[in-house]
Amino acid sequence: MVSSAPPHSSWLPSALRRVAPLPGRAAPRRRARALAAAPARSAPPAGSAILAVEGLTLTFGGTTAFEAIDLAVEPGEIHAVIGPNGAGKSSLINAISGLYVPQSGRVRIGEATFSTVPAGRLAALGVARTFQNLALFKGLSVLDNVLSGLAGAQRAGFAAQALGLPHARREAQAHRARAAEVMADLDLAAMAGRPAGTLPFGVQERVELARALVARPRLLLLDEPMAGMTATEKAQMSRFIREARERLGSAIVLIEHDIGVVMRLSDRVTVLDHGRRIAHGTPAQVQADPAVIAAYLGGDEHAGEAA
Amino acid sequence: MNTPMTALPHPARFRRLSGPAGIGLLLALAYGLVPLVAGDYLLEAILTPFLALALAGLGLNLLVGYAGLLSLGSAAFMAVGAYAAFNLSLRVPGLPLPAAFLGGGLAAAAAGLVAGLPALRLRGFYLAVSTLAAQFFVAWALNRIGWLSNDSPSGVIGAPRLVLAGWSFEDARGRYAVSLVVVSLLTFAAWRLVRSPTGRDLVAIRDQETAARIVGVRVARTKLLAFALSSFVVGVAGVLWAFAYLRTVEPAGFNLDRSFQILFIVIIGGLGTLRGAFLGAGFIVVLPLVLSRLGAALLGDGFDSGTLEMVQRIVLGALIVAVLIREPAGLSALLDRLFTRLFDRPRRVPA
Ligand SMILES: Nc1ncnc2c1ncn2[C@@H]1O[C@H](COP(=O)(O)OP(=O)(O)O)[C@@H](O)[C@H]1O
Ligand SMILES: [Mg+2]
Repeated sequence: MVSSAPPHSSWLPSALRRVAPLPGRAAPRRRARALAAAPARSAPPAGSAILAVEGLTLTFGGTTAFEAIDLAVEPGEIHAVIGPNGAGKSSLINAISGLYVPQSGRVRIGEATFSTVPAGRLAALGVARTFQNLALFKGLSVLDNVLSGLAGAQRAGFAAQALGLPHARREAQAHRARAAEVMADLDLAAMAGRPAGTLPFGVQERVELARALVARPRLLLLDEPMAGMTATEKAQMSRFIREARERLGSAIVLIEHDIGVVMRLSDRVTVLDHGRRIAHGTPAQVQADPAVIAAYLGGDEHAGEAA
Repeated sequence: MNTPMTALPHPARFRRLSGPAGIGLLLALAYGLVPLVAGDYLLEAILTPFLALALAGLGLNLLVGYAGLLSLGSAAFMAVGAYAAFNLSLRVPGLPLPAAFLGGGLAAAAAGLVAGLPALRLRGFYLAVSTLAAQFFVAWALNRIGWLSNDSPSGVIGAPRLVLAGWSFEDARGRYAVSLVVVSLLTFAAWRLVRSPTGRDLVAIRDQETAARIVGVRVARTKLLAFALSSFVVGVAGVLWAFAYLRTVEPAGFNLDRSFQILFIVIIGGLGTLRGAFLGAGFIVVLPLVLSRLGAALLGDGFDSGTLEMVQRIVLGALIVAVLIREPAGLSALLDRLFTRLFDRPRRVPA
């Protein structure tokens, strides 16, 4: 609950920005870490990956959320990020989407490389995400929530909308058609008019997914989209995620606690523990990794519990 | 600050009440029946101020109810609208009346844009306090800069003649008609706005600013747009207040009390609903009149008017509290519940 985007996340990021150390102060550490990490850095084969995270470090005051993280996600890949509670998974996603300001390291999205990802340009970069604690627009209908996922694609300005100019009308119509398509795909068509805030939790998760998918993102970040779901709902959600990849070719970063789901769904897995990457590879490789087994079975009583 | 705006009902809930039939009936009443049967007192002392205040509430609701940005500067924007329209019609000979209204609205929109700049950094009560700056600055400017009121003592201005294409709208019926037309047009525009993608953006930044930014809503631009649009409507309401209702106004008529009055209208009527402004304005304008009539009838002439007014304020305050306890989402939600109870239950029973 405390981790990642909390209920009042709307004011949180800016508060964090203020708390986060100034770039100038972090600079010496960055150089040291870059040197230390250089020999170990093997994962990101620069160029082909749609997302390449290199040596990313984020601290909150004294506590380290994650440190020197490398992560490369290929187009069309489903890449699971797993790890015990507090491992830093949500923080990593928040840093990739520009909500948290990392102290050092780089994030490359497509062709653009950032030390701090501009959250406002995320949609334009072809990135969409969902939030661990749901961040729907509660006062808007399901349809409007899904349509809002196209805000970044909105071209007609306010005046054109107000005057009902032809291109604004055409755009609105195209967006409604696209939203209807996604809602049909995700079994949401029947509740298009319902206010999002009144829906059961599992449905809200689906609305969040629809809002993210409607813009056909090339990179999709999903923070525990199946938390608290029944096995049936998880199977359905897994199917929706797989279909999204097939239809849109999106690369997907998936945070998920259910190892079974991870094994079935993902192409590759990165394992975090206490803010460090302790393993990465195919699901089978990761499952057999002694460090992973130790992290999940040894000592950490939070392991496996749904966050 | 978790302001109550985060828990708003959705306008769609009220679709039945504000459907085409209801709107048509209302328009027929307002345009057809009322001018026929209403006397001057009802038209100029009740309906005209009701329309102006409802319009101000409508404008503020775009900002507070839809975009979730709290403002205490409404009266300042009304004043900017009124004084700008006054100066335009004074200094531009032959300027048609609609152009003066439009100019007043645009001037208020510009003022709102400037006053909205702190919204890029502040929210909730902090933002509300920063909008007080607009309130005090406008009052100061109107008192100090004689040119704005054509050098009249204490800044009092008189409305120009309400003439359009040779027709005079100076009498009670005419001023009501002007108000009604302006309010209908702007209400229609606001209705279009809240259903447009821009209206969706307003609610998105209210409900979840972070998610709004992530999906590509240009948050800063949308907030400033909310301030400008809201202030435009409030500014035009100010023109109505000055030109159609009072005919002579002074800066003190647009003080903080007025800002609070408009905020009350919005909160009592229902945040984030268009009809809330009308219900709230009805409550604020009509109820005091009913109370004073009632008071005079019950207590007789023995009571002095000061005591009567105080009692009236206490009763009004108590009623406001009662409404908000019954239904924090305001009169529009209360009415909605009432309609549901009246019309839905009989249908459910036989089923
Ligand atoms: N907004 C925040 N402020 C302070 N500390 C935070 C914040 N978000 C996360 N953390 C801390 O960072 C660490 C990683 O948390 P998180 O990324 O939420 O883990 P996970 O998603 O893997 O459960 C935890 O120690 C958590 O307390
Ligand atoms: Mg998390």
